[in-house]
This record gives sequence, C-alpha cells and structure tokens, in this order.
Amino acid sequence: MGYQIKEEKVFNSGHAACPGCSEALAIRYVVNTLGPDTIGVVPPSCIAIISGPQPLSSMRMPVYQTTLESSAASATGIARALKAKGNDHTKVVVMAGDGGTYDIGFQSLSSAAERNEDFIYVCLDNEGYMNTGAQKSSSTPHLAYTASTPAGKLTPKKNLAEIMVAHRIPYVATATTGYPDDLARKVAKAKEMKGLRFILVLAPCLDGWGLADNAGPKVSRLAVETGVFPLYEVENGERYTLNYGSKGTPVVQYLSLQKRYRHLSQAQVEELQAEANLNWQRLQGKLS
Amino acid sequence: MNERSSRILVNGNHAVAYGVKLAQAQVVPVYPITPQTPIVEKISEFQAAGEMVVELMTAESEHSAMSACITASLTGVRVFTATASQGLMLMHEMLHYASGARAPIVMFNVNRTIGSPWGFWPDQTDSLAQRDTGWIQYYCENGQESLDTVLQAYRVAEKVLLPAMVMHEAFYVSHALEGVEVPDQEVVDQYLPVFDPPHRLDPDIGESWGNTVGQEMFYRHRRDLGLAMESAIEVAEEADAEWRKLTGRSYGIVEQYRCEGAELVIATMGSMAGTARETVDNLRDAGLPVGLLKVKLFRPFPLAAVRRVLNGVPKVMVLDRNFAPGTGGFLHQELKAALYGLEQGPVVHGYLAGVGGTNVSPTVMADWVREAMATQPAAGPVWKG
Repeated sequence: MGYQIKEEKVFNSGHAACPGCSEALAIRYVVNTLGPDTIGVVPPSCIAIISGPQPLSSMRMPVYQTTLESSAASATGIARALKAKGNDHTKVVVMAGDGGTYDIGFQSLSSAAERNEDFIYVCLDNEGYMNTGAQKSSSTPHLAYTASTPAGKLTPKKNLAEIMVAHRIPYVATATTGYPDDLARKVAKAKEMKGLRFILVLAPCLDGWGLADNAGPKVSRLAVETGVFPLYEVENGERYTLNYGSKGTPVVQYLSLQKRYRHLSQAQVEELQAEANLNWQRLQGKLS
Repeated sequence: MNERSSRILVNGNHAVAYGVKLAQAQVVPVYPITPQTPIVEKISEFQAAGEMVVELMTAESEHSAMSACITASLTGVRVFTATASQGLMLMHEMLHYASGARAPIVMFNVNRTIGSPWGFWPDQTDSLAQRDTGWIQYYCENGQESLDTVLQAYRVAEKVLLPAMVMHEAFYVSHALEGVEVPDQEVVDQYLPVFDPPHRLDPDIGESWGNTVGQEMFYRHRRDLGLAMESAIEVAEEADAEWRKLTGRSYGIVEQYRCEGAELVIATMGSMAGTARETVDNLRDAGLPVGLLKVKLFRPFPLAAVRRVLNGVPKVMVLDRNFAPGTGGFLHQELKAALYGLEQGPVVHGYLAGVGGTNVSPTVMADWVREAMATQPAAGPVWKG
C-alpha cells in the first residue's frame, strides 16, 4: 500500500525476547509509531518479559504492568486521570497477549469498549498461553496442538475482531508482523483517533507454534494469503476496508510450516481449508 | 458550633459523599452494590449539579473499579471508590496490588455480610478479611465520624503512600439519618494539601511500575511497605490532632472511655461502640466500674495505644461483629496478641456479638458485662446473640 514507516526510537534492542520473535517486532512498530509521549499498560505475558525487569526497561516510555485481567481497566484509570489533569496529548496503549485479551481480560475490555474509553488496545495474538508453556486460549485455532489440547483443540478460534466490531468502537483493525508497513500505518491511524481503538496483531510464536527461527514473517504472510487471517479495518462498527486477503494459496502451505499441526490427517487439513474458505466468504460479504 | 461549617441532616453514606466532595477526588471508578450505592449516587448528583468536577468511571465490576483506581492514583490524581461485601471480595487481588504500588487511594467500604448465603446485614468480616492487604483501615460509628475520617484518611494515605479504607456498617450507619457538620471547603483545603506525588506515570518522568523484580528488590519493597505502615500510626495521630484544631472534632486512633479504675473494659469497633458507651454509662450509674476501648484504627494495629489503655485493667470483654471460622473474632485475636507479655495485662473474654447483623441492645450488653465479670474467660471465642 506504499506506506512509509516513520519510527521514533522508543523500543530498544537488548530486550529479552527469543531470537526471531514476532511479538518483539510488533512491539517495535507499535511503540515506535506512537512515540515517547505514551504510557504503556502490559499484563503478564511475553510482552511483560520483553519490556524488561526492574530497574531495566526496553521502552523509553512509562510502562505499567498490571494483572492479567485488568489491562483495559488499568488503561482507563490512566486515561481518565490524564483527562482530569487536562492532558490531551499523552497516548495510552495496552499491549496484551491473547490470553489476557480473549479470555481473562475480556470482561474489562468489553466494558472499556462500551464506554468508548480513550486508549489504544493492541492484542498481540500468538494463539495460546505461550509464556506459560503453550496452553490453549480461546484464540487457539481449531485442531491446533497445545500443551492443554494435545489431541488438537476441538473448537474454533474466537472471532475477537468481529466481537470488537460489534461494540461499534471507532476503530478495529487486524494486522500481522509479516506486513510491517500495514501494521505501522494502522497504529499511526489509530494514534490520530479518539476513543477506544483495537488492533489485533497475529504474532506467530516460534516456540509455541513449532516454527523455524526464521519462519515468523513467512508464516505471518501465509496466514493472510491463505485467507486464515485477513487484514482489514472497520470504522465505527460499519465501514469495512480490506487491506490484504486470500490469494487462494492452499491452507496446507500455512499449516505445514507449524509443528502444532503436524498431527493432522488429510481430512482434517481439508476441514480447516473449508473453514478458512467459509470465513473468507463471510468477511467478503461485509465489505462494502 | 463551628462557624466554618454547616449542619445538615443526612444518612451515613451521604455524609461520606460530602467528605469525598470536600476532598475534591478527581477520578472515581464505581460499581454499584448495596448498601454502598447511595455514596456514589450522591457523588454523581454532585457532578451533575456542577458542584464537583470528577471523572466518574462506571466499571463493569469492582475488580475493574479498583484496577482503574490504582492507575489513576499512580498518574497523580486523587482517587475514591466505594464498595461492600462481595465487591470487596472481588477486589481482593487488586487490594494487594494497590498497596504494592503505594497508591494512596481512599475507599469506603460499607460493612456487609459475605455470602453464601446472601444477606445484607452489618458484619465487619468483609473488611477484616482484608487486614493483610497493606491497606490502612479505619472503623467508624456514625456519619459524622465517617465524613471526618475520609478526610483524615486522605491526609494519612497521601503522606505515607499507602491506600486507606474507611468502614461503617450496613444500614445501622449507612442509612441512618443524623445531623452532620459539613466543614467549609476552605477548612478542608487548609487541611488537605494538593496531591502532587513526585513519582507518577508521566512520559516527562519516564518511570514505570510493576515490572518483575529479583528477590532482593522484592524483600526491600515489602520492608519499605511495612515501614510506611508503621509510620502511619504517628501520622494518623497527627492528622486527628490537626482536624481537632480546625473543627473541634477528634476521635483518636483508639478511644478510651471512662476507663479510670475499670474492673472490666469493653473493647469493640464500629457502631457497637455507641451501644457500648451507653452501656458503660448505665453500668457506671449502677456502681459497676466499667469502661470502653474503641479501636478506630485497625491497620496499622495501634499496639502501643492498646497496651497503654489496657495495662493494669483486670478484664477485657471483646465484642466482635465479625467471625473468622477456626479462630473467632478478629479483634479478640488481635487484642490477645497485642497484650501478650504485658506484665499487668488483662484476661480477655472474646464474645461473638451481633455477627450477621443481629441486634445488640445496651440491656443485653450489660448482662454480658455482668457475666464476664463473674466468670473466667474461655480460651476461644464464645457465641453471643
């Protein structure tokens, strides 16, 4: 889409992420786009590890580490206090994992969305509780192996983007680390808006998904090109814009790079292909 | 009669709301629960009428309300919330988080029974079960005391950088109408300095909070929290003395009532102190040497004050409107521990009285005093009406 990424150096090298980590890449584009006049909120997650142990920090901005279920409420407290102080320039951003967003943090997120609180919520979605050793979350996809679904998860991934769209908040976007310009553009766009802005970033986990150290960006791009994770934006719960979607690439190409799917039978691969097709069709029906 | 105040007829909860308005709390995250709700309703009315400039956040749970309180406080504004019973239980995790973050939030908790089964009755078990969360705790017996204590609590909390919860009991105090002196704003402004913490979440400062720490740093952090809590005793005494200078009203961290030459001292907290004061007067009139120790500040526990009041007293009768299965009344347990090793310390009766909100009349209380004076205490708690 020809977007020129503009970064301010907020996220620093020397952080504690695994080599090749997609999440660290996502954090870079999020905080470097928002700039230093930002306060971060981070629940327990790999993001908390990456942001650094006291007294060190990988980010040149204040970061408040909260409890797993409280990110949106904690961000609300900061946003309201800034408003009470007459500060209309400092941005507040949550960076939380899928466990802290889809599961235990969903109640406070839904409530903050309903109140249209003034902050940006970025969910760095690696489709499981990867920081505790890869257990399933409600973001884990159908049939994927995790430590708590050794035979493969029996139910589909929760469609959180659409749930957030249903809150009719000003901005919902999906993004992924294989498309850094698209991710940075969405953060920059959200930065200029008010109210609750929600960005769902698919961030492949090398360890949890069973990927080669250099496979993060490739898997991320395949998630989009196969139609498993299309990139789109929705404004005010209605106006859908597709950024990148299925190129008709078979889903098996996405699955075969990941050890979490290596137990699948041919029939199961076909089942996941059919599901991806159906989800892609449903999304297209919403595009105006 | 103080010239710098106005006298109004309000219930205990509305008295609290007047205190919050005078403190000029800037962010108030709330979640409704009986019997606390009139506090935040009144604050909402103040806001709607333009009498109070406040960010009201209608959270979806008490857990989120407390989570927002912590960060708002850390961002450098004065914060208030109110809850009761199940709401306080749901906050439990964040109560620890708040004191760990050294966020000087003031919260009002209306003491109410905890389910199951459901009940709406005065019982202090909800807040007493939070005694180890690192919050300063005050127990009040009427609306005036609650209003005054909210303001004292801000002064203490912001000085020692610990959160404070102030209690009165469901309905007996929360919904009872009483005449209350509401001090003028200028009196409170003189008393409460502007909240301007040097450490806060602010990009210009760049400080963070909550990141993982090593063992040594955790140890130092807990030790510092303990030192702050210890220092709150003196700060609370000073805050009370200063309030007396400005308004003529003070309560002490404990109240010693007619204890001179007492053969037995009733020890209790909250609304039962009012009943006990009347009982003491009645029994003194009948020639029985009886006094009252009201414990107002429960955290930090006023160890020295309690030992001073009870040294040389032969017998104490503790009345606990609360219950911890397996140990008994909270005040009973804490008092026994506080008195241990005192050379002329009293023997201690522990009566579970009014648990679940049952009524304790001065007549019944007087009967208990006579019984306690005539018997040796049991080692454990004794169930009374």
